[in-house]
Amino acid sequence: MPTSQIEGAVTETKEPPARLRLEREGRQWLLHASGRWTADRLDTVVETLKKAPGRLRDAPVTWDFSGITQMDSAGMMLYLHYRDELARRGCRQAVTGRSKEQEQLEALLLRHLPETTPRPASLGSRLLRPLENLGRSTLHGARDLRLFLEFLGENFAVLAHALAHPFSIRFDAIAKNIEDAGVRALPIITLTSFLIGVVIAYQGAVQLQKFGANVFIVDMIGISVTRELAPLITAIVVAGRTGSSYTAQLGVMKITEEIDAMRVMGFEPQRFLVLPRIIALMIALPLMIFYADIIGIFGGMVVANLHLNLSWSEFVHRLQNVVEVKHFWIGIVKGPFFAWLIAVVGCFRGLQVSRDTESIGYYTTISVVNAIFLVIACDALFSVVFTELGI
Amino acid sequence: MKEVIRVSDVVTRFGDNLVHDRVSLGVREGEIYGLMGGSGSGKSTLLKEMILLLRPESGSIRVLGKDLARLRFEEAAWLRRQWGVLFQSGALYSSLTVAQNVGMKLREYTRLPEKVIDEIVRMKIRMVGLPDHAAGLYPAELSGGMVKRASLARALAMDPRLLFLDEPTSGLDPIGAEAFDQLILKLRDMLGLTVVMVTHDLDSIWTIVDRFAVLGDRRVIAEGTLEEVIRQPHPIVRQFFWGARGRLRSAHGQ
Repeated sequence: MPTSQIEGAVTETKEPPARLRLEREGRQWLLHASGRWTADRLDTVVETLKKAPGRLRDAPVTWDFSGITQMDSAGMMLYLHYRDELARRGCRQAVTGRSKEQEQLEALLLRHLPETTPRPASLGSRLLRPLENLGRSTLHGARDLRLFLEFLGENFAVLAHALAHPFSIRFDAIAKNIEDAGVRALPIITLTSFLIGVVIAYQGAVQLQKFGANVFIVDMIGISVTRELAPLITAIVVAGRTGSSYTAQLGVMKITEEIDAMRVMGFEPQRFLVLPRIIALMIALPLMIFYADIIGIFGGMVVANLHLNLSWSEFVHRLQNVVEVKHFWIGIVKGPFFAWLIAVVGCFRGLQVSRDTESIGYYTTISVVNAIFLVIACDALFSVVFTELGI
Repeated sequence: MKEVIRVSDVVTRFGDNLVHDRVSLGVREGEIYGLMGGSGSGKSTLLKEMILLLRPESGSIRVLGKDLARLRFEEAAWLRRQWGVLFQSGALYSSLTVAQNVGMKLREYTRLPEKVIDEIVRMKIRMVGLPDHAAGLYPAELSGGMVKRASLARALAMDPRLLFLDEPTSGLDPIGAEAFDQLILKLRDMLGLTVVMVTHDLDSIWTIVDRFAVLGDRRVIAEGTLEEVIRQPHPIVRQFFWGARGRLRSAHGQ
């Protein structure tokens, strides 16, 4: 390849940008256009033209194109736009010095130019928009609820079928999901529940020391961690971690049409994808809560030991005496309920994903927000029920 | 005629898999150039190397006189404004409407008034044969053929000198494919584009491509006009043009 062409290309990047010079002769205005009128070099001309229409009202105007070295459709459209603008302001216009290519370009653009520009929304409809949005989101919510009930119905039908035919249950899929959702989540569960134990112990220690009631730290940690905090924190971590991944996994399968492929082969996604995930999480979450109980109490023990000088054996001894085992069971029992909510919401939102990539992010966010809200609401319900029952 | 793209001795390797073994070809100004070859022959890879998405292991590619291996930052930015690319699946931004997709580069790279950009966008949308109302639709609401057209409008937004098309007619029905081919031909004539298209659509090769290269065995096994290529005795060329599909077309075609 000759080197001259490379130099040519470099000078091209440095070629003078488009310019427009306004010149007055009596009443007559002359607009001298020069340089490269291409999309990326029009900036100065745009500034000049923005000010032009005010000055040129009702004057005869001549555009001189002889200095233009190159013009593309953006340059031509800019000219056409301001030509129309000036025409509206009563300017008589003429054009000189145009090349044949420029005339052809104009003809080409005019042929494809829509005649009318869409009118912006009127003030009335803009004021009504909040109402419209409210109506829309209400309908949207109602539709979501209906779809969710449909999903649940199908889910229970599949579950009933699975219970009637235990061999149709996908045990290997369940095992794999338990590993993904449970075993792999242990590090983060360890960290969060340990810290929760530490925080609770610290906050309690300061207050209890005032009364000299150091030893009651054991009751406080033992009951609050097993009964409330471990289940709730674990469920929230799992909602963020596993609920979102369920939504994203199913969503991607929806986009790549894998779900459709499964349907046509007679593999019900509910049976092959949804049910194993729900069962897996319902098994994994109670176990994780048990694990979080241990770590959380251990975190409290560490603080009690360092801060309140309560020895390990004293702590464990008192724990056995004062914390009734029912508190532990209440915490564990919540597990399957939370797990069911997280898994069902995650799978439901995943199957709602439509064919564009953006909806994956949208539904993943919704799925996590829904799941966390439902977990907390469910926990509140448990609290009320257990308290009323006197447990 | 001036060459706008010159590929010389390009070697590409993915791990142990040698894709190109000293591939050389040239695209001349104003022509529609086809890159042809079976699946896995590295046509799309070569295209990606031409548009700065991949880097060859060795060899050089010059586009509009610039060596892609030794680009300065501004030169790369300049080059990227000189071309438009139509991806195989359209690759329209799914969160934006068709009009926003088409106007994206104009909004980002120029300071044109919003109204002018709007008019350019609507003009381009018409130019590729989409109805006016398509401007407000999202990519998910378009049919396959409309996605290709919208994506073409986006590629043409800045009046590029070079247009790269990756299998423009794949996934279209024969009538749609034919119409799309004619559209490309018309746009080339109207806008003076140079078009490089990856294709294995024999119809496109017969009807709109001026010159093309056949890739096979990791290299260019034939390059030239249809008459020149078809005379090549290489078995892959013969398979392409004298296999059942090719023969049928040549019986009806010429």
